Amino acid sequence: MPNDIKNKILQKPFSRRALLKGGALGLASLALPVGNADASIWEAFFQKHFKEMNDDEIQAVIKRMEKEYGEEYGLNFNIKNTKPLPGTLFGYGLDVSRCIGCRRCVYACVKENNQSMQPQIQWITVLRFKKGEKWVSSLEESEVYYAPPEVPEEGHFYMPVQCQQCENPPCVKVCPTQATWKERDGIIVIDYNWCIGCRYCMAACPYGARHFNWGKPNRAKQEYNAETHYLGNRPRYKGVVEKCTFCIQRTRENPGRYPACVEICPVGARKFGNLLDPDSEIRYCIENKRVFRLKEDLNTSPKFYYFFAT
Amino acid sequence: MAKLLQLIKNFLITLKFITKGNKWYYGWIGVLLLLIFSGILSYIKQLDQGMILTNMRDQVSWGFYISNFTFLVGVAAAAVLLVIPAYLYNFKPIKEIVLFGEMLAITAIIMCLLFIVADLGRPEVAWHILPIIGAMHFPDSLLAWDVLVLNGYLIINTIVVFYVLYRLSIGKEYKMSVIWPLVIISIPWAISIHTVTAFLYNGISARPFWNASILAPRFIASALCSGPALMLIIFQIVRRASSIEIADTAIFKIAELIAYAMGINLFLFGAEVFKEFYSGSVHLAPMEYLYFGLHGHSNLVIWMWLALIFNLTAFILFLRPKTRENFFTLNLACALIITGVYIEKGMGLIIPGFIPSVLGEIYEYGPSGIEKSVAIGIWAAGALVFTLFLKFALPVYTGELRFKTPGSQCEE
Repeated sequence: MPNDIKNKILQKPFSRRALLKGGALGLASLALPVGNADASIWEAFFQKHFKEMNDDEIQAVIKRMEKEYGEEYGLNFNIKNTKPLPGTLFGYGLDVSRCIGCRRCVYACVKENNQSMQPQIQWITVLRFKKGEKWVSSLEESEVYYAPPEVPEEGHFYMPVQCQQCENPPCVKVCPTQATWKERDGIIVIDYNWCIGCRYCMAACPYGARHFNWGKPNRAKQEYNAETHYLGNRPRYKGVVEKCTFCIQRTRENPGRYPACVEICPVGARKFGNLLDPDSEIRYCIENKRVFRLKEDLNTSPKFYYFFAT
Repeated sequence: MAKLLQLIKNFLITLKFITKGNKWYYGWIGVLLLLIFSGILSYIKQLDQGMILTNMRDQVSWGFYISNFTFLVGVAAAAVLLVIPAYLYNFKPIKEIVLFGEMLAITAIIMCLLFIVADLGRPEVAWHILPIIGAMHFPDSLLAWDVLVLNGYLIINTIVVFYVLYRLSIGKEYKMSVIWPLVIISIPWAISIHTVTAFLYNGISARPFWNASILAPRFIASALCSGPALMLIIFQIVRRASSIEIADTAIFKIAELIAYAMGINLFLFGAEVFKEFYSGSVHLAPMEYLYFGLHGHSNLVIWMWLALIFNLTAFILFLRPKTRENFFTLNLACALIITGVYIEKGMGLIIPGFIPSVLGEIYEYGPSGIEKSVAIGIWAAGALVFTLFLKFALPVYTGELRFKTPGSQCEE
């Protein structure tokens, strides 16, 4: 199809949409106080769906956000919009036989991804099991709040759980506003500006990977990580859902960096790589170790592989 | 111009009827306004500080609001139990009162929408869920379906009710040719609102308690108990407060229908209990939590047993002609069944979906003060809407209220 025709077809719904938005703006301005409405509030309010914005519009939004965040946190935020790298499908490996349950990954993740500290949000949950108790297909015997003086503990083992980046994600299917979706490199992302906070995705997620900002996110200003991605670790709002993005702000770089949890793990239990690259470490693990995925019976097809190296 | 003048005049007539009443009426409205006001205050607080003021957390991410929503969808759907005998079977005693059922449906849907909004983290961008201007995820998300069917049901019933009332108010019979297509749509639509709401939970494979095919049929069966029971009580109030005659036969017929619905509901419940407890798989946990407690957590146990006893008792009272035709036992049964279904299709349905959580944690949930206050405010708003509806509809029914039309000499 010639390009100009294609463009015309593509543009048509946008203009109609813009018209309707204009109408909505007119209506809403009647209902809301105009006095304290400064332009950026309106821009934020009527921001379009992420996938419907072109690069210029996204850049404008990012500029606005960097300014907003700067004013609020007194830091120069850099918000990237790095696209998926061609030929990548990210996969994660976790060696259950190595994990010592130290939770360093939990805290490295919080440090990297700007989660709220009060109320506390953590994207990784480490489950502790007594040896011999049931696990894998029933997690009822798990302990989340273990706090021994020293890990690993005799007679126990640990299984960290975070977003499994399902190929068949139930959270994406149920979202009523398309605020969450699967990117080409397999990462499930959320546009925090589009999420209405209905929490249907949290009900649908079989892995408890999604977390809600029940209160206003709170964190000491100097603790913010200013290197962020729009779809990842930029500061969130009260009333939206968030989750692990495989550190999209790191892993999409070229050359890429490991997710914070992989980098910090003191025992090397965490592996990360490109599932499409036959020479990657993650492919080696899948092809040579005994791997399993959580809740296979639900057919969510996670890209998060648990395995036993020893 | 004359038309506009006439419209204003008619509006003033309506206003006069709505605002005039005895001291009981003013007292009732005053109490409702007070409760609504306190609900609004609580909601503003929740908006300001976030939903941290509720007792919901990541483990139990839906609670009291969604429980009330679910129950009220049932109430709305139950209008169909009046619509079918009224229009399809032309059962005269019910045909005369079917309008009140439809008004209750409208009220219930309005309350449903309020409960959904109360549960949103960012209600200010709720327009994202709308088609065209937002990005409605249709047909994938059942919540998108729910938005469509609930609003559709609201529109259908509003048209029917206001058309009929308008015709009556200008002293004319309503035309069956106008009503008929809407009624025909409204019957499957009523079933659909509750089916879609059931599917909303039913489709989630991560939550075994909801992921059972029996959920939708049970929703319908229990809805056909609680909604009509509520109507029976309202009919008796209407009968007492106005000169409208509501035949005993209509009331007893509805009571009989409730008995059958509850019979089916109890049977489906039994089927569920058998399957879960006999097979005794790990998916038994939520059911165990509900009726016996799990690892020492048993907040809902007393409520669930109460609901079961209430429903059983009400079933027997409605089934026996002697007790359903005695107004004391009839009203007792109505109260029991409304409470029973409210527990069963409210907290008793939503909370065990989250207990134990997907990672095996047990977080016991009970609504916070803010949640209760907002919920009471919404119930009061519903009661206010319905009261005003009645205040307008009753004099239209009795012929006291007549609108002016060009050329008519109707007195007020």
